[in-house]
Amino acid sequence: MSPAATPLHGRTVVFVDGVRTPFGRARKDGLYAHTRADDLAVRCVRELLRRHPELPAHRVDEVALAATSQSGDQGLTLGRTVGLLAGLPTTVPGYAIDRMCAGAMTAVTTTASGIAAGAQDVVVAGGVEHMGHHPLGAEFEPNPRFVAERLVAPDALTMGATAENLHDRFPALTRSRADAFGVASQQRYAAALAAGKIDPDLVPVALRDPERGWGLATADEPPRPDTTLETIADLPTPFRAGGRVTAATSSPLTDGATACLLADEATAVELGLPVRMRLVTYAYAGVEPELMGLGPVPSTHKALARAGLTIDDIGLFELNEAFAVQVLSFLDAFGIDDDDPRVNPYGGAIAVGHPLASSGVRLMIQLARQFAEHPEVRYGLTAMCVGLGQGGTVIWENPHHTEAGK
Amino acid sequence: MSTYTELVTHAFARDVQLPDGAGTMVLVTLDNGFDHTRPTTFGPAGLAELETTLRAVGERVAAGGVAAVAVTGKPYVFAAGADLKQVTTAADRDSALALAQAGHRVFNLLTDLPVPTFAFVNGVALGGGFELALAAGYRTAAADVRALGLPETSLGLVPGWGGAYRVPRLVGVVAALDVILTRPAANKPFTAAQAAQIGLVDVVLDPADFLEQSIRWAAAVVRGQVEVPRRPLDDQATWDAATAAARARLEEVVHGSRPAPARALDLVAAARTASRDEAFAAEDEALADLIMSDEMRASVYAFSLVGSAKRPVGAPDRSLATPVTRAGVVGAGLMAAQIAVLLAQRLAVPVVIRDLDADRVAAGLAAVRRQVEAQVERGRLTPDAAQRLLGQVTGSTELSVFAGCDLVVEAVTELLDVKKRVFAELEQVVSPSAVLATNTSALSVTAMAAHLSHPERVVGLHFFNPVAAMPLVEVVQAEATSPETLATAFEVVARLRKTAVLVTDHPGFVVNRLLVLLLGVVVDAVDHGTDIEVADRALDPLGLPMPPFELLDLVGPAVGLHVLQSLHDELGPRFPVSAGLTTVVADRVPIVLPARGKGLPRRVDPAVAAVFAAHRTGEQVPLDEAGVRDAVLAALSTEIGRMLAEGVVSDPRQIDLCMILGAGWGFHLGGICPYLDRTGWSTRVLGHRLLEPGVADVPEVAAVG
Repeated sequence: MSPAATPLHGRTVVFVDGVRTPFGRARKDGLYAHTRADDLAVRCVRELLRRHPELPAHRVDEVALAATSQSGDQGLTLGRTVGLLAGLPTTVPGYAIDRMCAGAMTAVTTTASGIAAGAQDVVVAGGVEHMGHHPLGAEFEPNPRFVAERLVAPDALTMGATAENLHDRFPALTRSRADAFGVASQQRYAAALAAGKIDPDLVPVALRDPERGWGLATADEPPRPDTTLETIADLPTPFRAGGRVTAATSSPLTDGATACLLADEATAVELGLPVRMRLVTYAYAGVEPELMGLGPVPSTHKALARAGLTIDDIGLFELNEAFAVQVLSFLDAFGIDDDDPRVNPYGGAIAVGHPLASSGVRLMIQLARQFAEHPEVRYGLTAMCVGLGQGGTVIWENPHHTEAGK
Repeated sequence: MSTYTELVTHAFARDVQLPDGAGTMVLVTLDNGFDHTRPTTFGPAGLAELETTLRAVGERVAAGGVAAVAVTGKPYVFAAGADLKQVTTAADRDSALALAQAGHRVFNLLTDLPVPTFAFVNGVALGGGFELALAAGYRTAAADVRALGLPETSLGLVPGWGGAYRVPRLVGVVAALDVILTRPAANKPFTAAQAAQIGLVDVVLDPADFLEQSIRWAAAVVRGQVEVPRRPLDDQATWDAATAAARARLEEVVHGSRPAPARALDLVAAARTASRDEAFAAEDEALADLIMSDEMRASVYAFSLVGSAKRPVGAPDRSLATPVTRAGVVGAGLMAAQIAVLLAQRLAVPVVIRDLDADRVAAGLAAVRRQVEAQVERGRLTPDAAQRLLGQVTGSTELSVFAGCDLVVEAVTELLDVKKRVFAELEQVVSPSAVLATNTSALSVTAMAAHLSHPERVVGLHFFNPVAAMPLVEVVQAEATSPETLATAFEVVARLRKTAVLVTDHPGFVVNRLLVLLLGVVVDAVDHGTDIEVADRALDPLGLPMPPFELLDLVGPAVGLHVLQSLHDELGPRFPVSAGLTTVVADRVPIVLPARGKGLPRRVDPAVAAVFAAHRTGEQVPLDEAGVRDAVLAALSTEIGRMLAEGVVSDPRQIDLCMILGAGWGFHLGGICPYLDRTGWSTRVLGHRLLEPGVADVPEVAAVG
């Protein structure tokens, strides 16, 4: 028996469906080197509508799309530009949103709140990050006060350095644990791919390349399924001489986009839209910026408290693997084993990649699929850390569970 | 000609995975490495590269593991056809034949693959480019494609890379004749939706994710989930009836003036029963003959001439132009109203029209409203844009309304004194920098400006009727016209999206001088005893847009006579004034019969002969058709010689450009100069050719070799 959670006030918000582009390596020879970021988002929005002909496009009340760098091909109010480019009716509004890595997650929670409050019935929420076109921080001018007044440690803006800081803070988090976690992520992703659990959520993207002609992205580019403990044992530690964080225990720089449909449950029933998850509640919390990766711990405590649940009520976890050590710090904080099968059963960002502001919805897409596989699980959560010391957690209920909704 | 270098179209092949495990598709992309402003075309090197790619694809298909093959293009362009400039470098029939055969050889590689083949028509697909798409088994097209078709017969060629054989079999013989003959003659390519309607393409997909959805559709075809119905071959009777009707129509419209349409029709007629190899061999022979024809060379010359006219010859530096923020039109007649609408629409500035009394102004504004509303009805303007346009055009009887105008165009009665007075009055109210333009068709711009304080600001802007449709504006440089004024005139014409040709201030400029001369000579022959129907038919072998009396009717016999009289006065008796014509105008005698069908010529009403017979003067020398034709061509040659000597234009090419865009004279004539050269008239009359050999015809050397 699971206890009934305390949901958000107001109407019940459901996750109808989600899709993403295959993820590409953010490199000059990467999948999307010649593809615009907004075009990636357009593919996702169109695919959602194509998969749900029961949803009249004019019933979409909002398009909220996140990007960390909102300029160039990610500029000018993405939700609106992508809506127009995707062929949504001009009556459908849209906006852009930013909470760095938790951009898409914030797009979901913000619009979900609007649905709960009755301001919207159906929304598109998601995110895009073309890190090849927009390297993290490249367009940011830090206020000199951050350093002058020691508001943050000098390395707080270097995400890999914050990961090294976590190793310092928690000596139990060793490189060997991180390496093992990184290898497991690759293996779990490879197994999920082979089992056909990745492809159904992907939308193919045509790839323009003036030197090679058109291609089609149909699979994620970042995974390295051949990774073993041996092959990564001697990898350098780019963020600190003699450090512990390597390329194999970090999420790669990635290009990609995600989008999902959320709806008021009654509207979903009215339109015949599927209900794949029910939103219970969510929370964000801050930590010291130089320990950025620890953010999901307080945000999860906060969300569980609001929901009236404990960590033991959570049967599935989708945690964004910005760094292996950062996920491990979460698992230690909640007394969960490193190889707990409830955590990231399809692998995570270390394998598939982390296109910053789009990753939040990838976690939800995968949790929704796992819910269908595990009707015995009533609650799951998606959580992620955010640059400058934040964490975000969303708790979901599995509609396939026998007691769901009660 | 040997300096010509091909912009090579590359053919890249990449594997893509079809959805739901339907297998691997090899996707071939045509790309010349430039953006859409340099469309991909096929020259020998590009064809060779496509051949290499398709042969490699064929080997892979044979080895197994390939479920489908598709071809697509770079953004906005599928392929724009054969590299025409390159085609005209063919020095002999053998190399022309080889080029034709190369296209078939390469395209057949796609057709003959043992797996389903697709063309994803993502952009412009014309001529050989569209024939490549036809060589595939199935075609998707993006909904935003607006230029799709087989324009070859308008360029002196036939759709000879499979089009003449495949199109009638694919869409039926009646629709095929529209694709191959009618649309090219009207210069109207198909949109994607129109192409799908007749079956030229199988499915139209949204441009937003066109390639992805094309691949998904192709996968459904590969898996057998989508079946594309193909219409059965039309029966022989239908085939014969359609081709016979088309042949009769060609007789009436083309009169053998150019060989391409009839050759294309021959190919279509045979396509029903011919084997593919026979049909393609016939296409090769037709292409080889036509590539070595003067008509084809003149067509490519004309095509290039029109294409390069965006940069007008002789225009001063653009930086000298004065920006126009407000424009005025003097007069509120029909031409004035048309010019006002065009200025307001394209310059997007307030336009004021002024006439002498309130009734005329009201009539002018009503004409403006009618034109704008007609555009809304045709879907060319949104209601909001129409409101804006109508708000921009105002009328007045006060001269002072022109005070803030940077440009004032006069379109009042064609009387020199009236126009002089208009300009003198304008000078009192406009700023010193304002440009004053006249839309005169035959009066001296220099005389109009002579008594002004600032004659340097006066220029001619000779629009053609109907203003909205006619692409040419003759920009008339008077003796005193300043470079700044001229630059403003060219800039305005460019922003009106018209083609400007610089002419100096001589009576009739280019188009009217030659058209009215032609009419004068034809009518004069009738005055001197030539049968009027003979005279009307005499120019048929040139393939002009219409016979002379239909042209006279279109211009309006009164206007025609007026211009003829004025050119007679200024240029002399080479422009004969006809007593018969004077009576026709005075008595408003109808001169042409109704057309016997849409697009067919209107022939002279034989009853008019009596009017002319009553006024015959001088010696009666009845001519036959050849005699009338000789008289016209000799007169045209003489006149062009004089115009070049007078410096009306800098180069014979400018005359051709004017006749193509201002009179609609055919590409196959190259305007007119290439025709006079290849028929020997220029040499006989002037003692020299107008253009170098090879510029717009097949050079003699090649014909011998």
